[in-house]
Order: sequence, then C-alpha cells, then structure tokens
Amino acid sequence: MDHLFFGYFAGVIALTAVLVVAFRNPVYSALSLLIMFFHVAGLYVTLHAEFLAAVQVIVYAGAILVLYLFVVMLLNLKTDDRYHSQWRAAAFVGGPLLIEFLVLLAGSLAAPPAAAPRVDIETGDNTLAIGETLFSTYLFPFEVASLILLVAMIGAIVLAKREVPETPAS
Amino acid sequence: MTELSLRLAVSLAQIAAVMGIVMLTVMILTLAERKVLGWMQDRMGPMEVGPYGILQPIADGLKLFFKEDIVPAGANKFMFSLAPILAMVPAMIGFAVIPFGPNETIQLFGMTIKPFVISDINIGVLYILAFASIGAYGIILGGWASNSKYSLLGGLRSAAQIISYELNVGLAIVGVLIMSGSLSLVKITDAQAGGFWHWYVFAFPAPQIFAFVVYVISAVAETNRVPFDLPEAESELVAGFFTEYSGMRFAFFFIAEYANMVLVSCVAAALFLGGWNAPYPGTILAHIGLESFAWIEGVAWFTVKVYGFLFLFFWLRATLPRLRYDQLMKFGWKVMLPIALANIVVTAIAMYIYNQFK
Repeated sequence: MDHLFFGYFAGVIALTAVLVVAFRNPVYSALSLLIMFFHVAGLYVTLHAEFLAAVQVIVYAGAILVLYLFVVMLLNLKTDDRYHSQWRAAAFVGGPLLIEFLVLLAGSLAAPPAAAPRVDIETGDNTLAIGETLFSTYLFPFEVASLILLVAMIGAIVLAKREVPETPAS
Repeated sequence: MTELSLRLAVSLAQIAAVMGIVMLTVMILTLAERKVLGWMQDRMGPMEVGPYGILQPIADGLKLFFKEDIVPAGANKFMFSLAPILAMVPAMIGFAVIPFGPNETIQLFGMTIKPFVISDINIGVLYILAFASIGAYGIILGGWASNSKYSLLGGLRSAAQIISYELNVGLAIVGVLIMSGSLSLVKITDAQAGGFWHWYVFAFPAPQIFAFVVYVISAVAETNRVPFDLPEAESELVAGFFTEYSGMRFAFFFIAEYANMVLVSCVAAALFLGGWNAPYPGTILAHIGLESFAWIEGVAWFTVKVYGFLFLFFWLRATLPRLRYDQLMKFGWKVMLPIALANIVVTAIAMYIYNQFK
C-alpha cells in the first residue's frame, strides 16, 4: 500500500514538474506547479510528517505561488517571447545542479549517511518533535536561514523604494 | 473487507450529513442576510415567495439552475470552468475537522465512531488554514480566465487581500495554540470546558481578547465581506471577479463565499469561544439526570455561537461603508499585524511564567 502511494505521488510530481517548464502558457505552468506542491505534501503525509505537509501547502501553494500568479497576470507573458528558450541560463543553472547530484549520488553509494537524531514520529506529536529539534539541534542553521530571509526582504524594499520628492513642511 | 467498507459507509454518511447541514445553512443565510439587512434599513426584505418570503432561497436556487450558462468570447474555457470548482471545494473541505458537538464515541456495528467530527487529525487548525489559502486560486483564475478587465482587477485585488489577511488570521490563532499546546480542534475545544472563564478569549493567564478581535476582522476580510469587499466592489468593478459568470457557475462562487463565512465562524467559535461548551460548568441536561441527551445542549450552544458570528457579518454589512484600497492594506499590515505579533509575545511570556509557578 505504501509503495502504491509513493509511486503515485512520485509519478505525478515528476510529470507536473516537467509540465511546469513545458507549458507555453505561464498560468498553466503555475497550475501544474500547484498540483506538484500538493503531491509533495501528500508524500510528507505518507511519511507521517503532517505538520510539514500542512506547512508545505500553506507557504508554497497558499502564499508564494499566489504571488507568482499575480506577477504572471500583471506582466501578461503570454505574448512576450523574451522569457522563452533561455538555453544559456538553463545550462548555467542545470550544469552545476547535475554535477552536484552526481557527486551526492557517488557519495551516498560510498558511505552510509550519518545517523540523524531520530524522533519517534509514529507515537509522538510530530509538530512538537519538529519544534524541539529546530530549537535545539538545528538552532543555528534555523537562525541563519531567518537572517537570509531578512536580507532578501531588505533587498526587495530597497529595490521597490522610490525617492519621495521633497515637500515643504506644512 | 466488510469492516473497511462499513467504515467507509459510515464516513460517507457523516460527510453527507455535514455537507447537507452546510448547504442548508447557506440557504438559510441567503434569506437571513436579506431579511436582516431589510429590518436594519427599515424595509421588509423579500416577502413574495411563501409566507414572509421564507421560500425565497428555493426560488433563487431554481432561477440560478435554469439560467443560461454563458462563456464569454475570448475566455479560457478550461480555466473558466475550473475556477468555480477551485473556489467551492476548499470552502467545503475545511468542515472535515470541525467538532460540532461533544467529543464522545458511540459503538455501532462493533466500531467506535465519533459522531460529531468527521476526522480528528492532529493538525486540524493548519489543515483549515491550508485549504483556506487554496480558495484564493478560484478567485484569481476566475478573474483571469474571464478575459475582462474588471474581472482581472477584482481577482488581483482579492489575491493581495487574501494573502495580507491570511497572515493575520494565522498569527492570531498562534496565541490559542500556545495556550492549548495542540493543533487539533477537538483537543482545543475540550481544553475550554467548564465555564466561560475557561474560554480562550477570557482564559487565565493570557486572555486572547486582542487575538480574537484581530481574527474576526481578518476573517471578514478573508471572506471578502463588507467593509472589505473590494474584490467585488460594484461601484468600481461591476461585480469584480465573477462579473462574467452566470447560472450555476456563479452559484458556485456564491455558495463558496457563504460556506467560507460559516467555516470562519465555526473556527472562531471553536478556538476562542469554547466550541460546543456551555458558558457554565457542565450541562443543564446532565444536571437534571438526562446524561445521554447532554450532547443536544452542546450542539445547540455551538449553533448559537456560529449564528451569532454570522449575524455579526450581516450587522457589519448594514453598518459600515467600504474601505479604500490603500486603507485596507495599511490597516492589515500596520495595525493588525503588529497587534497579532505583540499578542504572541505577551502570551508566550505569560504562559512561560505561569508554567513556572504551576
């Protein structure tokens, strides 16, 4: 039964991920990305990580993708061919990713992965487990990640800020 | 195999019952809204169909059912059909985790059944938030697929509004989660038993009264109701994202809006006002010896609380004018968000100190 579900979710994820880049209409791409996010959440549920599944849907499908859709609709990319056939950019991103993937694959074949601290998720509350791990073992990476997000936020504000013309004080 | 199929049958029956009640509530709401608005504005409201117009929802339903289904020229047909479904399904699916009555089990055909909740999952609150955020897609895609400027503007406004206020809804709930230590709506409701001073709006050590106000205002904004109904502002955008819709497709958007109202009212009642718990310890029916009928009182209190919220929605609509768009955004980000964040900090500190001295 588990294998059946995994096969279904993995298959749909792979298919929709390809469709995201294959569709010419960016709104269809966004929709297949939405389906992909849902199936990733489904994969988390089969692993008994319900909290992660819910957060996956709330953050990615509920917030980030809606913003994407927002931008796509405002730009009206349907008639704009500027963003299609970006082979050079694709190679620039895809090349390093492929090498990284191969290195990781070779590494995992050579040595078994270091045992991560295990929590009994079957019996316990997995929200509690994630919270405790995040604020003890992985506290530093967690804080660094939030700092990176803060920097990105400041960057967005700086880019979007307009000079306010000087007005006489009233 | 028979046990599995029996279980499936019971679940389906529960789902059908909840769906039926929700649809019935939506029908009542369409009439109640027009009646309440009428009385508040010193009118009679609908009076033609049946005595005092009580059959009006059936007439409206028949009218919508037999209307011509128009797809505008140049519209994206696939998306145009998909959007109402995407709006309706998330609005309905959230009811799966709402506890409508006492958390008791009954034995039926050798199985244990919880009659008043379809599914008690351990992330109930997050489940509702997740599907509430999916509801935005129906509105955005409906606006985009209509191939109309008004619809598109309505859809985009709605996207921005839902993202902004969803954040506040989520943050307002966090205070309750800190106090209850659980994400399951059933457990949260159970923790509030024993009188109104245990409800999380008033509960010691950190009354969630500010969170409650933030939640209610943000919930009104998230369901696109007056005074936050900018996505369908008829004086500016004809009818917003569903300008081009007619017949049953329009009805889907309409039902989704009302089902969302019922859903946010249920969540508000369960999280802040004790759900099905009566405002006094125990139940009167249990005190006078009718222990097995105590659930009736629980369900009745839940209904009263939910309808109280729904009345508030109508009241706001009759009272307040629509906000301007920049006011809406400023209010969401500069007033609601800081209050919700401050509430989390205060609640966390209060709970920490309380647990130290317990």
